[in-house]
Amino acid sequence: MEIVKSIFNYLVFPGLIFSVFAGLMACWIDRKVSARLQWRVGPPWHQSITDIIKLLGKETIFPQGGKFTFLLAPFLGFLSASLVAAILGWSILNPDKSFSSDLIVVLYLLLVPAVAVILGASASRNPLASVGASREMKMVLAYELPFILAVIAMIIKSSGAIQLGKIINHQLFFGSNILSFSGLLAFLSIIFCIQAKLGLVPFDASEAEQEIMGGALIEYSGLGLALFKLTKAVMLYTMPLFVIILFMGRDLSPLFMILKFVGILVIFILIKNTNPRLRIDQAMRFFWRVPTLLSAVAVVLNLKEK
Amino acid sequence: MNFKLKALTKSIWVFHVSAGSCNNCDIEILDCLTPRFDVERFGIQLVGSVRHADALLITGAMNKKSVPLMKKIYEQAPKPCVVVAVGQCALSQHMFKDSYNVEGPLDSILPVDVYIPGCPPRPEAIIDGIVKLVKKVRGEK
Repeated sequence: MEIVKSIFNYLVFPGLIFSVFAGLMACWIDRKVSARLQWRVGPPWHQSITDIIKLLGKETIFPQGGKFTFLLAPFLGFLSASLVAAILGWSILNPDKSFSSDLIVVLYLLLVPAVAVILGASASRNPLASVGASREMKMVLAYELPFILAVIAMIIKSSGAIQLGKIINHQLFFGSNILSFSGLLAFLSIIFCIQAKLGLVPFDASEAEQEIMGGALIEYSGLGLALFKLTKAVMLYTMPLFVIILFMGRDLSPLFMILKFVGILVIFILIKNTNPRLRIDQAMRFFWRVPTLLSAVAVVLNLKEK
Repeated sequence: MNFKLKALTKSIWVFHVSAGSCNNCDIEILDCLTPRFDVERFGIQLVGSVRHADALLITGAMNKKSVPLMKKIYEQAPKPCVVVAVGQCALSQHMFKDSYNVEGPLDSILPVDVYIPGCPPRPEAIIDGIVKLVKKVRGEK
């Protein structure tokens, strides 16, 4: 019975199917808010779903080269992203039942979609895709340090609990993490990192449509492209959820949950729509200076408090 | 009506190919995406790679350099994929009819689904052409 329940949890409710739909809605919010900011009307609510159905019905072209790896990479990214969604959703629903050190599992699994993009791009043997892959690799090196430092700051703040459920419970008793000074610094830093993790505009050099024609995704069509779009959608749902758990875990009733989720999403969309794309060296310099410093200060402040 | 077909006509991703045009048609195509016309309402998007495309928007007179590239690009597009000829040059070579360098109208090279005349066609005309294309694909009158 327990096994059936966990399979249900992974495949249907907080996991795969639910996160896909929530992610596609998040994608629609992204497109609609962007359109309104540019004084346009924007697509209808079912647009992202229609896109995915259309892509699934199209021909999948395999380039010469690693056929197996080429199609394996999108599945890898998609499955790990939905697994993160399942773990996060589960620990929000049952904060007392989360397994120990699940935060480390989440951190590793969040890295897999980026690795999948690099893998798929390299398997496609396209010169522009290899440029995209190398940029993605540098971007991972750039944002991963401040991201993990910010998470460590929050772990120290929650008296050393490397467990999502315990972090939520700690905030239930002592107030949301974002309300303290160190929490605010870590929050600022993690917002930038997530912007890069999601591949949104100031840090989207690896998928620059205008210069390298879609970059890493250039050779993907049909099923592979649909899976990469779904991975992006699920990440767009997962990352704000992760921020809510780490920084705003005080009131997790459904209404507040949706408000916080949309609020954080709109912050990403506003940053995306008001900034030009950074070159990869500029992005790297930025990440190793500003967010790393903010996260490091947050860690030191928390260490001092303890 | 077919479910897949409906999804296809509701989300057309366009790859824009210039086969040596004077850039006027290209500017008018970009006009369709601006706030005034906003074709993203209907799910139409410009994409960077031909592998993502559902429609090829081809502008300009077909010259000796661009014909082999056009054929290559058409073969690279995942099917089902439609070809739209935009502007008088792609339709009928226009003022380059007797030029030594042009190879013939677009429909002698690729199977064209919709012709949008004009020099350059207005954005309204391009949107009208896309509407006709959608009706044709769905089999409506």
